[in-house]
Formats: sequence, C-alpha cells, structure tokens
Amino acid sequence: MDSDLSPQDKKDLDKFIKFFALKTVQVIVQARLGEKICTRSSSSPTGSDWFNLAIKDIPEVTHEAKKALAGQLPGIGRSMCVEISLKTSEGDSMELETWCLEMNEKCDKDIKVSYTVYNRLSLLLKSLLAITRVTPAYKLSRKQGHDYVILYRIYFGEVQLTGLGEGFQTVRVGVVGTPVGTITLSCAYRTNLAFMSTRQFERTAPIMGIIIDHFVERPFGNMGHMHPCNYRAPAEEEGGYTGVEDSQEVCTTSFSTSPPSQLYCSRLSYQPPVLVGAADFCHPSTLNAANPHQMGIPGKEGGVPQQVPVQPCHAAQAEHARASSCLPNDHVPAVPSGSGEDAEASSRSTDGKSVSPRDVMETTFTRKVGAFVNKPGTQVTTASLDLPFAAFAPRAYDIEENDPMVQPPESPATSSPLQGSLHSQGSGESGVPAQDDFVMVDFKPAFSKDDLLPMDLGTFYREFQNPPQLASLTIDVSSQSMAEDLDSLPEKLAVYEKNIDEFDAFVDTLQ
Amino acid sequence: MNCRSEVLEVSVEGRQVDEAMLALVHTILLHRSTGKFHYKKEGTYSIGTVGTQDIDCDFIDFSFVRVSSDELDRVIRKAVGEFKDLCCALQDAMGNGTDGMGQISLEFYQKKKSRWPFSDECIPWEVWSIKVNVVNLANEQERQICREKVGEKLGEKVINIVEVINRHEYLPKMPTQSEVDNVFDTSLKDVQPYLYKITFQITDTLGTSVSTTMRRLIKDTLAL
Repeated sequence: MDSDLSPQDKKDLDKFIKFFALKTVQVIVQARLGEKICTRSSSSPTGSDWFNLAIKDIPEVTHEAKKALAGQLPGIGRSMCVEISLKTSEGDSMELETWCLEMNEKCDKDIKVSYTVYNRLSLLLKSLLAITRVTPAYKLSRKQGHDYVILYRIYFGEVQLTGLGEGFQTVRVGVVGTPVGTITLSCAYRTNLAFMSTRQFERTAPIMGIIIDHFVERPFGNMGHMHPCNYRAPAEEEGGYTGVEDSQEVCTTSFSTSPPSQLYCSRLSYQPPVLVGAADFCHPSTLNAANPHQMGIPGKEGGVPQQVPVQPCHAAQAEHARASSCLPNDHVPAVPSGSGEDAEASSRSTDGKSVSPRDVMETTFTRKVGAFVNKPGTQVTTASLDLPFAAFAPRAYDIEENDPMVQPPESPATSSPLQGSLHSQGSGESGVPAQDDFVMVDFKPAFSKDDLLPMDLGTFYREFQNPPQLASLTIDVSSQSMAEDLDSLPEKLAVYEKNIDEFDAFVDTLQ
Repeated sequence: MNCRSEVLEVSVEGRQVDEAMLALVHTILLHRSTGKFHYKKEGTYSIGTVGTQDIDCDFIDFSFVRVSSDELDRVIRKAVGEFKDLCCALQDAMGNGTDGMGQISLEFYQKKKSRWPFSDECIPWEVWSIKVNVVNLANEQERQICREKVGEKLGEKVINIVEVINRHEYLPKMPTQSEVDNVFDTSLKDVQPYLYKITFQITDTLGTSVSTTMRRLIKDTLAL
C-alpha cells in the first residue's frame, strides 16, 4: 500500500493527518468552552494556518492531544477520541458525546495527496465546525457555570461508547479517502439526559430570584481531583498568575472548559470558586514552571484541568508510576493517564505537592456565607430570625428534601375558601414547627411589619393570590344531575331560537 | 455533467425567516468559500485564511457558524431581507391567518466564455433550493414551541448539508489566474466563494405564484 506512495507524499500525508487530528481536537474543545468563537479571515496566507482555516491553538489542548497520541497517528485500529462529559455541582457526571477520528482500510490510490486530500480535510474541518454547534452538548456547554461544567478527555485506541447510555445517536461529519485509508470523523451523542432532570441542573431561577444552593459550601467538594480547565489569552501564560493554581498533576487528560466569566475567582483576588478543584490545590508559582501547560490556562481560576476518569484509560496512557507520584496527599486517582514527555515536570510538581493541600486550602480558601443561607441546626428558628424569604432558607443540609421550591408543603387547612383547591408554593410557609397546622397565622411577608389592621399584607396576599372559584364549579351547581341539565336544554334552545336575529346581527358586526 | 440539486424544506414563523435562511445559506457558503488566491509566477498559487464566527439566533434556539466576512454577510443579509419582505408582503396582501410558501435558491455556477456577440454562459453545477413555509402562530406558547422545534429542524438541515458536501462530488477544477473569475467570486476582500447567485420566488398556500395572486386580487377589486 505504502509502496505506491512517493516518500514525499507519504511524508506530507502523515503531516496532514497529524495536524488534522490536532485541529480536530481544538475545534471540538473550543466549541465546548461555552463561548462564541470568532476568528478573522486573512487574505494573505500566514503560512501557519493549517488547512487555510483560522483555528486558534489552545496550547494546553494541543499538549494533551499530543500526549494522548504519544507520537502515533490515527490509523487503522487506532482511533483518536475526544470525550465530552458534564459534571454537576453535586458531583454527578455524565458522558455527553464522543467524537471519533478513525481510519479504515478503504484506500483511494489515485487521489492527489498534496492537493485533493488537503482540500478535503479542510472541508471536513469546516463541517466539524458546523456540526459541533448542532449536537445537544453545544447548548449545554453554553449554559455551563454554577450548576455544572463541561469536561473533555482525549484518548487514543479503541472507541468507548458505553458511557453514552442507551439510544445514543451517531452523526457522521464526513470522510476523506487517502492512499493509506479512509479517514472518518463522527460523533456519538447521548440522547437520554434523564438524570439531569432529577437533579434539576436545568432549573431556572426560582421565584424571587433566589437560587437555594447558591451559597452551598464547596459544591464540587467531592471531586477534589477534578479541576476546571480555563483558558485565557496566551499573553497571560507566563506566570501572570500567582497564587491560585491548580495544576493538579493528576494527569489524566480531562479538562473542564468553564468559561472565565462564570466562575467567581479572579486571578489576583482569590475567592473560592463555585467549581472546586482549584480551591483545593492551590500551589504557588512552584508549579508554574513545572506545568507550564496548565498554568497557561489561567483563565478562570486556577483551574487546572485534570479529571481522573473513572474508567481506565486505554492504550497510550500508561505511565502509572510517574503519575501516581504526582498525586496530592489525600487523593487517590482512579487512573493515571500518560504523562507523556513531562518526566521532569512531573517530578518537580511532585515536590511542589508535598505541601499538604489542606494547609493550602486554609490559607487560600475563604468561605463566603451569603445572605439567605441557613446554617444547619438553626432552621427551626429561621422565622423568628425575621429573615426575609425565611421560607427558602434550607432547613437541613439535605436541601432538596425540605426544599419548599421542590416539594411544595401540604396545603394547610385554612379558613379561607380560596385556598381550597390550590396551594401556594411555600410562600405562605414559614419556619413554624411542624406541630402547628395553621401556618397562615405566622406568615411574615418580606419587608412588611405586623400592624394593627385586621388585614395585613400576608393575609391579603393569601386571600387574593388565587383567582376565585368559578361559579360553575361551586358545589351547588355540581350537585345538579345530568338529567336535569338535559331537561333544561330544550327550553334554552327555544329561547335562543327566538333571539336568532340578535345573534345574526352580532355575528355580522364581527365581520 | 449534470447540475447537482438539493432541496431543503423548513417551516418557520414570519419573524424567523431571516435567521433560518441566514443559517442555512451561510452554512453552505462556509463550505463553498476558500481564502483569497494569490498566484505566483511559476503558475502556483497560495490561499488565504478563512476565519469563522459563531452567530446566535434571536428568534430561534439555534447557533450557526459563518465565514468571517462582513462583506459577504451584508450581501447575504440583503438578499434574505428582500426574500423576507416579499413573504411578508404576500401575507399582508392575503390577510391574516394565511400561510405562505417561498423558495430561496442558492446556485453555484461557472462562467463559460463565449465568443462575441454571444454573452458568457452561466453553467450551474450545484443548486440548493430552500423551501420555506411561513406559518402564523396564535399565541406565545406556540411561538416558544416553534422556537425550539425550528432550532432542531435547522440542526437536521445542517447535518443534511454536511452530508451532501462530504460526498465530494463534482467541484470545478482549480482555475489558472486568467480563469479565476469564471469559477470564483473575487470581488470580496477577504474570502473567495465560488460564483453564486441567489434567487427566490414566493407562492401562496395554493401554490400559485405571487404575480398570479396579485393579478387575481386586482381583477376581483375591479369586478366589484
């Protein structure tokens, strides 16, 4: 097969495939950063824009892709895959899609490498740009932030689709025939997003604008080994970043792609990010040199990328010993991934990591307690504290269970006839102890004082928040039997017929 | 060589016509545009770089990628705007509640020089016909559902477009410097799409064209 190809063509083809693979990874990851991408057209060729497309290179992504490839090229039986997954603030994760760059044995011997193959690869990249905006994960990635982040993992070898759940769909981006095989680019994406609805990660802001778990401590606390991967402009790469970083060496090749604007930390004034990880393993600039590729993405907070995948990585991701020595004290990686050429860097970072993460945590992690947050153990008295929106303060740490927004309290037996059929979603509730069935009495609407008028704001609200019962649904009417209804029909019809002229005139006025 | 013809069909609400058409036309043009050619003395040429830009739609739950060229975007917006105006004019003429149908055609062609006195021949090699069914919706809830549904539909259309393009069927040969204007539109400063033209026609629900409908309306008015 290869003997038909001239050495120059073979060399060119290998180069094209290598850079195509790298650009493919860039396009996919950039499409999941959560931001709109914009690059400029240039009429003069710059010489550095592969496939005549302006696709920026995020250094860390290139680095990780090269690490995963480990000097090999995608070939027959060796596929390069980019897995995109979602991780919620509660620690649940789910694979969303897997992009596969594969090669099969079908060769096109007559095709011109330097011209046709190159142009078709360029076309395939354009198709990839278009398709990455169409799969469901794109919309999710645009909304990432407080509740969840999007992570990516690059691996080389056999394609793994089991994590996508049942009924996943596949879309083929395109194929390009070459003299050594046919390159295929496709995407398998999850269609069953069931767990998300139970976790309400798509929950919109509740009424009155409070997000109940907004100030929960360390929402990503149990994913200590995962770090967001944040990207800022290359100019900031050289250590403009002091403090906050991460660079968790855990070395797998997963990175979150949270956008900078959605995380709390700024580079210089560090606040605990909603997305943990970075908070836990902040190391000063010791690690900057050690892991330039991770520092290079100062972006959002320090994120350092690395997510330890739950399932073992295949193929080129061995290097156990080196990677495990890189681990922080209190975290065991599920699986280390290939650390590639960073032997020196890894050992240096290990040294850097000898500092107990806990110490670092204490010095840099300041927890903000926000308004409306109810600390555990005091929920019984929230009403007496006269907190506004006391009803929404979490009663226990098991927020969802007692969340009046999620599970509306039972309709109280009230004296108001209006409350019979509809109950309000907790707006009438307060922190009154459970043994008192009548909660209306203690209702304290925000910003209103108890006064001496017989009808206070709370009562007024409860009385009039629901429309009155329809007359036709009142008990008197419903007790009329069907037979009586039917009997009265002929009389009604007779009346209408008598007035038929009136009705006709009315209809005419409408036309 | 026969001209390749592809048909795409979408149903949208009146205010979504612009964005839906832009999304599809730009997706096609993204694949049918290259960087500017720079010919060198030895008969070789180099190609400029094409940038891309994400665009979010306001009336549809959809985002698409277009070529980063304001000039090209202006030309396409103008054409799509005219198409939309015609659609709206028809709906106004027919009265509320009438659905309308229009078709916008994006045709890629090559010019073939003819000898004087004959003018150059335009030979189409790929035609994309986008049929648009404009619907009227009664309330906000329906509009919200329409937003999402049309977004999904457009996603399917983008996948269809990509599928066709990646069949790698006929494309004009790369031209020499003297022939480049017969294959590419070299009028833009930053990118170079294949020669294309956009045409459209509007029909009412009965499938008759606008001109016939207008004629009928005028006749009816005069007859009264």
